[in-house]
Amino acid sequence: MIMEKVPLYRIAHARSGDKGSSSNIGVISYTPSGYAFLFRYLTAELVHAYFSSLKPSRTIRYELPNLEALNFVIEGILDGGGSRSLRFDSQGKALGQALLEMIIEVPAGLVFTMQRGHYE
Amino acid sequence: MEDIVRIGNAQAFWGDNPEAPLELVRQEPHLDYLTLDYLAEVSLSIMAVQREKDPQAGYARDFISVVKALIPLWKNGAHVKVVTNAGGLDPVSCGKACAELLRRAECPLKVGVVSGDDVLDHIRNNAALCNMETGESIAGVRDRLVAANAYIGAQPIAKALKLGAHIVITGRAADPSLTVGPCMAHFGWDCQNYDKIAQATVAGHLIECGTQVTGGISTHWLDVGDPAFLGFPFIEMKQDGTFVVTKPAGTGGIVNVETVKEQLLYELGDPAHYLSPDATVSFLSLKLDQVGSNRVQLSGAKGSPPTGTYKVSATYRDGFRSDAMIGVFGRQAVRKARLCGNIILQRMEKGGFLLDKTRIECLGAGDMVPGVIQSTGEASNATQLECVLRICVADSRKEAVEFFSRQVASLVTSGPQGICGYVSGRPRIRPVFGYWPCLIDINLIEPTVEIL
Repeated sequence: MIMEKVPLYRIAHARSGDKGSSSNIGVISYTPSGYAFLFRYLTAELVHAYFSSLKPSRTIRYELPNLEALNFVIEGILDGGGSRSLRFDSQGKALGQALLEMIIEVPAGLVFTMQRGHYE
Repeated sequence: MEDIVRIGNAQAFWGDNPEAPLELVRQEPHLDYLTLDYLAEVSLSIMAVQREKDPQAGYARDFISVVKALIPLWKNGAHVKVVTNAGGLDPVSCGKACAELLRRAECPLKVGVVSGDDVLDHIRNNAALCNMETGESIAGVRDRLVAANAYIGAQPIAKALKLGAHIVITGRAADPSLTVGPCMAHFGWDCQNYDKIAQATVAGHLIECGTQVTGGISTHWLDVGDPAFLGFPFIEMKQDGTFVVTKPAGTGGIVNVETVKEQLLYELGDPAHYLSPDATVSFLSLKLDQVGSNRVQLSGAKGSPPTGTYKVSATYRDGFRSDAMIGVFGRQAVRKARLCGNIILQRMEKGGFLLDKTRIECLGAGDMVPGVIQSTGEASNATQLECVLRICVADSRKEAVEFFSRQVASLVTSGPQGICGYVSGRPRIRPVFGYWPCLIDINLIEPTVEIL
């Protein structure tokens, strides 16, 4: 099977937030096909590894099929969070955009079924 | 004519657009309730410190200006009521200041004050408490506690409204409860109507962050119309709990399924158990429909009884911090900047201060999310001509942080060519407030309502 490498932002939108020293990143597919694909592909392990340089302790994935969304709760990623973290982005506001830059491999020819504006 | 209650939010945090409350009420004359959220996690710590110097500084004084701005509209017949947590650490003083303002303006509206969320004494005296995130015992922070407040729910807010309050002022309350309270009061829902309360909780969660649901911080923000003047959101809630989230006509921004889904997921943990003092909510049966231009309808949230505990946000003094920023332009800018950061640390050590925590970042070289984005790695750093060096330090000793703050300026004459932008003077030293969340049994507090 021929695969195509595309950044995650081609087939999903996102938003990140904080809760103490943890961050959550919601990843929302544009189409049912896109959700079915990310359900299999975008695992907690993959997201945890992607952010490994920020030393998270644990990543949990929750599914919201009714919204075609995945919610990743990444514990410990904010290094104390709030006023205790020394990081410029102490509240994880950049993490959603950072995750959308992840390069993913999608079967070639199927990307269009997952893009914004494609109706199934 | 169906019974619909309109509840808007014009303040996502203390410091949000100061014109928003008056603008929203002017743009949406049919608004029944205006909610204003002044309390982020550290707000109460800031108020605690301010109150040590000035007893009148325990609440968000900006709110008094909002009341002043609304008085002419109320005197002209506007019926909108206000529900806010601007009371901070001293809802009674905030309430009295508002009541006095209304009296002098001959505007006969009642002010309701909800108290009882302050649990500092209780927390200090309970040796068994543990941090709900780390499991650590309270013993480690007890002597340094600055504030401890429980997130109370909608019932006291509904009670104040039913007693005739036109403005309801609370201290710490769960943000969605500022919306749930008016729904309960208006429709007469009892506190065990968990599915309807769940819907109102979702509504509160959507509007509590103001413009975050009308296009703010959305992935497609560049496509949002008129971003300088984003409209603030309001909901139209029906008796059965179904609601539409929207914004005033003619305002900037957008409300669509994308912006709503993003805000639904904001600061969400387990979607099957979104916890609030009013109900445990599941988002897994929510249904969203775009029912008009900038109008999204939500239905289907499921509620169950709340946990028998209140979440408490306690804060404690945890030393001092400071951060300095300086620009570097030119060949090998990133390498030069990192070396400057290192120079500061060397000078700290020579001065006899080994700081508890230090961090050096090159902004523009990918350090907002260090090590994550491959394209901002070493290869691109080598050719980058511009970056901002940021050095951040923290220590329990104020003198150590003060020493740091005096080391940065000399880089202007001893650092690399191309160093620039250091014009704001010595970096400020700020106290650090550690966040210490825990749970207490709901029976330990009895929130009270007073009508002024």
